[in-house]
Amino acid sequence: MTQFTLLDILRNLVFATQWTVILSLVSFIGGGLLGLGLLVLRIGGGRIFAPVVRVYVELFQGTPLLMQLFLAFFGLGLFGIDVPPWLAAAVALILWTAAFLTEIWRGCVEAVPKGQWEASASLGMSYVEQMRHVVLPQALKIAIPPTVGFSVQVVKGTALTSIIGFTELSKAGTVLSNATFQPFTVYGLVALIYFALCFPLSQAARHLERKMNVAHRH
Amino acid sequence: MTYEFDFAWLAGYWPVFARGVAMTIRLILVGGVLGIALGIFCAWGRALGPRWLRPLVALYVELIRNTPFLIQLFFIFFGLPAAGFRLNEVEAASLAMVINLGAYSAEIIRAGIEATPRGQFEAGASLALSPLQTFRHVVLIPALQKIWPALASQVVIVMLGSAVVSQIAVEDLTFAANFAQSRTFRAFEAYFLSTAIYLALAILLRFLLLRLGDLLFPHKRGAR
Repeated sequence: MTQFTLLDILRNLVFATQWTVILSLVSFIGGGLLGLGLLVLRIGGGRIFAPVVRVYVELFQGTPLLMQLFLAFFGLGLFGIDVPPWLAAAVALILWTAAFLTEIWRGCVEAVPKGQWEASASLGMSYVEQMRHVVLPQALKIAIPPTVGFSVQVVKGTALTSIIGFTELSKAGTVLSNATFQPFTVYGLVALIYFALCFPLSQAARHLERKMNVAHRH
Repeated sequence: MTYEFDFAWLAGYWPVFARGVAMTIRLILVGGVLGIALGIFCAWGRALGPRWLRPLVALYVELIRNTPFLIQLFFIFFGLPAAGFRLNEVEAASLAMVINLGAYSAEIIRAGIEATPRGQFEAGASLALSPLQTFRHVVLIPALQKIWPALASQVVIVMLGSAVVSQIAVEDLTFAANFAQSRTFRAFEAYFLSTAIYLALAILLRFLLLRLGDLLFPHKRGAR
């Protein structure tokens, strides 16, 4: 019987953390790209696509992420594919992230004052030119702090993928806790590692927000 | 896709789902009320409390907001008994939800408190109100009024997040779906159903909380 020292536990947890980081990045980047596409449909999609995106956002924000993971895991299986947990995890997290980012970014585009649209229209700009040169650059600046802030939710969201069997930090914590009978130490360390991942992100979001508020006051 | 959806099994399982829904509602009632109470206390502690309390509250809020709820739950249910603090699964789930919502609502309520102009405190003092009376009537109520929609959203988020308490064997709505799918092998249908129920609960809870806001802070209605 092998004994786990504190160092062994920590080494295993840090090793599993790489999967938390990879899954977070995949979800954030994939969700960001999909979210951007949805944002275009939400803002410029007219009467057909805009309501579809609205319902999409409503569905993903109004149901538990855990259920979305289960439905992705078992739903993809209905197509006769053998679904590995990482695939279901990535698909569900990308769809979930996209819904939230679309909604955050829509708010940012709408926060650009109406006068900016009118001013650019009076310069004879087309819709695309208005977006490209006037509205999006301003919306982008507003969007950075809440987007960075949401990345914390993505990192924490990956913890749920342990439940459908993806081996990341939380799953490693459960396995180690069962092997060592030291749940207090193991889950304490797991929490600290998540904190080390998330705290810099939420501090960065807060810092960016404060910086922007200062700029706004002038 | 050759799969045929089948919901016929449901007939035998609706009591399981009903019990699950009842547990989920019970958890969010306890978690919501106590969590907001804890949030008010922490917001007071951080904005206006004694100097030694402020860093403690800040530490609590940051620790909770930067770690997953699942790990908080596991730490309370599996970790704390090792330190001699034993709870059953429903108590552990309730405590985790209170602690989680407490941290988030503290930040939300603090934002409302900090939006209160300094002159309001001075006005309260000049009316000979005690600091606690000033806090309650002049600071807290208008602050809650301002941030109530955000607080309502956070309660809904915590309710949806409570789906993971099934992992420590709390018999909530997710547990009902897990149970049904393990017996019927109709996993997709079971989770589809529970997801639909969660959506309905989220919409209903949000509606009720916003109505409650109108009732608690009646003069806001005219201003809107």
